[in-house]
Amino acid sequence: MKNLKLGIWLPLVIFFGLIGLFVHGLMRPADTNVPSTFVGNPLPQFDLPAAAADRPGLTTAAFRTGKPHLLNVFASWCLPCAAEAPQLAALAQAGAQVDGVAIHDRPDDLARFLVNNGNPYAAIGRDDKRAVQIAIGSSGVPETYVIDGQGVIRYQHIGDIRAEDVPMLLDKLKAAGAGS
Amino acid sequence: MRAALIASLLLAFAAPVAAQTDVPPAPFAYRQLADPEQEAKAKALMVTLRCVMCQSQSIADSDAPIAGDMRSEVRTRIAAGEDPEHIRQWLIARYGDYVTYSPQVKPITWPLFAAPLVILVVAALLLRGRFARTTVSGEQA
Repeated sequence: MKNLKLGIWLPLVIFFGLIGLFVHGLMRPADTNVPSTFVGNPLPQFDLPAAAADRPGLTTAAFRTGKPHLLNVFASWCLPCAAEAPQLAALAQAGAQVDGVAIHDRPDDLARFLVNNGNPYAAIGRDDKRAVQIAIGSSGVPETYVIDGQGVIRYQHIGDIRAEDVPMLLDKLKAAGAGS
Repeated sequence: MRAALIASLLLAFAAPVAAQTDVPPAPFAYRQLADPEQEAKAKALMVTLRCVMCQSQSIADSDAPIAGDMRSEVRTRIAAGEDPEHIRQWLIARYGDYVTYSPQVKPITWPLFAAPLVILVVAALLLRGRFARTTVSGEQA
């Protein structure tokens, strides 16, 4: 009999437990990024043709130079890519080698983008089918990968590079250089 | 005047959308494979792969540009004779379990597969208890 009295409160306890769970779920900001699970693996084999007239295309072999690289996945039609251009320029200025993969881009659009926003890239590969983007687990533009001197992916930055991300990426590059 | 301003503002916001549709899609994004058997295989796989852009649709349903490119990737690999489950594992290695709608058997998912068995066993035990009691009361009556 005593047990039954206590049991009467059980649904109410469950009810408030659920309310608490829902409030927690609603308060927590949704993280819609899909991080690459390919970090730590060597870059897949690829050989992309040149996307811009004055820069070479991009191959996997170009990353096995013993020096770490930044691999920037971008497109001329992507607004955050234009927003991160000054930060990429700052990274290149600080000595980082920046290579680009242009997604679904047309040569004249890309040329205009590079004139307007600067061209920090040593090489730009043209990826019209997102073959390389999918092969490295990138789910959007812009994304920036830190690749070590052996061509192994060490870090993935999702979204545009903000001013405060520049020192962090330089640190990651340094760490990737030290490891190789 | 105001209408013109609003219209030009809307057009400015629509520019990225226009740019998205401007670029040519990957070869098999919107084209089926010639072999119906291979296309059926690709379709069966594509409805269980999650688009990483729109996130609540399969790549078969989604019209996001990256979903089209993922369809093209899947169809190209199926046409080359690759096993659908191998393609799924290839994508999971890149995007994690996030990318698959059909749950994989892993330490974290075992309750998913064990729960139906546990419920069946508990139900059988409960039913047995009930039937046994009926028989006893039946004997008494």
